[in-house]
Amino acid sequence: MPARAGSNTSRPLAFVVYALAFGGGFAIMALEMLGGRILAPWFGGSIHVWGSIIAVFMLSLALGYLGGGALSLRSPSLRRFGVIFVVAAAVLYPLLASAEAIMAWTFERVEDPRYGSLLAALLLFVAPTVVLGAISPYAVRLLVPSREQSGRVAGGLYFVSTLGSAAGTLATSFYFVLWFKIDTIIAGLATMLALLGLAAIAAAPRVDAGANA
Amino acid sequence: MPPGQLALAATVAVLLAMPASAAGTVLHQEQSLYQNILVVREPSRLCLRFSLRRQTRNQSCIDPDAPQRMVFGYTQMMMALLLLEPAPGRILVAGLGGGTLPTALAALLPAATVDVVEIDPAVVALAKRYFGFEATARVRLEVVDARVFVKRALAREARYDAVLLDAYGGDYIPEHLLTREFLAEVRGLLPAGGVVVANTFSASRLYHHESTTYRAAFGTFFNFKAPGSGNRIVLAKNGPLPTRATLDANAAAWRMALAPYGVPIHTYPPLLTTEPDWDPNASVLTDQHAPANLLQGTAQ
Repeated sequence: MPARAGSNTSRPLAFVVYALAFGGGFAIMALEMLGGRILAPWFGGSIHVWGSIIAVFMLSLALGYLGGGALSLRSPSLRRFGVIFVVAAAVLYPLLASAEAIMAWTFERVEDPRYGSLLAALLLFVAPTVVLGAISPYAVRLLVPSREQSGRVAGGLYFVSTLGSAAGTLATSFYFVLWFKIDTIIAGLATMLALLGLAAIAAAPRVDAGANA
Repeated sequence: MPPGQLALAATVAVLLAMPASAAGTVLHQEQSLYQNILVVREPSRLCLRFSLRRQTRNQSCIDPDAPQRMVFGYTQMMMALLLLEPAPGRILVAGLGGGTLPTALAALLPAATVDVVEIDPAVVALAKRYFGFEATARVRLEVVDARVFVKRALAREARYDAVLLDAYGGDYIPEHLLTREFLAEVRGLLPAGGVVVANTFSASRLYHHESTTYRAAFGTFFNFKAPGSGNRIVLAKNGPLPTRATLDANAAAWRMALAPYGVPIHTYPPLLTTEPDWDPNASVLTDQHAPANLLQGTAQ
């Protein structure tokens, strides 16, 4: 979504940030949809398992919003925005190797499947979701040219990232689980995040210069 | 919309919502945590129904005049477990429904203990209130997801001579109960010679995947379909399958005792086959890849 003419945010910057916000939203909900699948073999398909997952994602996103807001105070740049994505990918990859061991560990220690699923969801999903939660507030900081425009820019970013979340939810539940293994989907999400982050870092010298002029 | 019209519309909506399809009286209806449950009095039977996305299915029925008699073909067919293991001492039943199977097994096998697991507390309450199910010292009920129960049972090294899987009811399949890993865990609960009996689907693409998954976990198993029944029963054993002579001998031994239950067990041995009638290349369902519900929506 290009910035409106007359604002002093550059079009290339806006395009890159919106594209990344979409990808971040996509990854959050794709991961949440997989959460139920990942936990079910150890904690079942009871309603409290979904309760645990949703609560952990909400809590993590809340912390991520705070963290992203705080980060945006210190010399915000597209390059640093890209780094957030690379970090998100980096904390997602360990899920592939360690999820079974983490759930086995939790299963042995917590008898009650409610608190077992809650603890496992915390251990598995807090790190990537906190990092992904930092994306939106940081993106707002990058694109807001003035106080007058701040609401419009925030609205546009929520629109794009929530659209990404809807796409991630549907793509995962309708198609990805039919076509791929869970681990393949997670590796794909991590790779997508890493590529988005690296693209932003690569574009940063040109786009940041334009925006800060 | 004027108030009169609104009231009429509301009445019509209520009438449409009443499940009058099978000419029954709704005695109880509730939206539980997992499904919409109905208890329906039909002219000659009392039925528990789960209504999910597309249709309402009778889950379990009893004939109040002959409560022992098993109304459904698939319930009768599940009793074929006695052909493979004529005297199981420890039995696990996953999925309660109206409690027909655990009640019958406890009555037929006075020395056996029956553990029943059911995920939905509302089903337990209705089974007790309307279908005469009772938890006793020998019939123990736990409200828990079957996968969790099986994992806990494995951890404490529990063993069951027979495991009955009847948790795939209605329209929705608990996908984590239909994977190679789950079946391997179930097999881990069986002593040598222990038996698994599963009520499964036969009308969609899922049939092929389900068959290769059971093959992967148990090797060759008995495939059991009866004329007039849309269900397919899988009978698998932790060890070699019995010969036809053994099946016939067990059928003869159980025939009289099962007569009040309406189970024509003497007709079953010729119907048990090890011949695959599925696509052997269908992918095995695993914890990593278990799109059972999406597969069930596609034609065979």
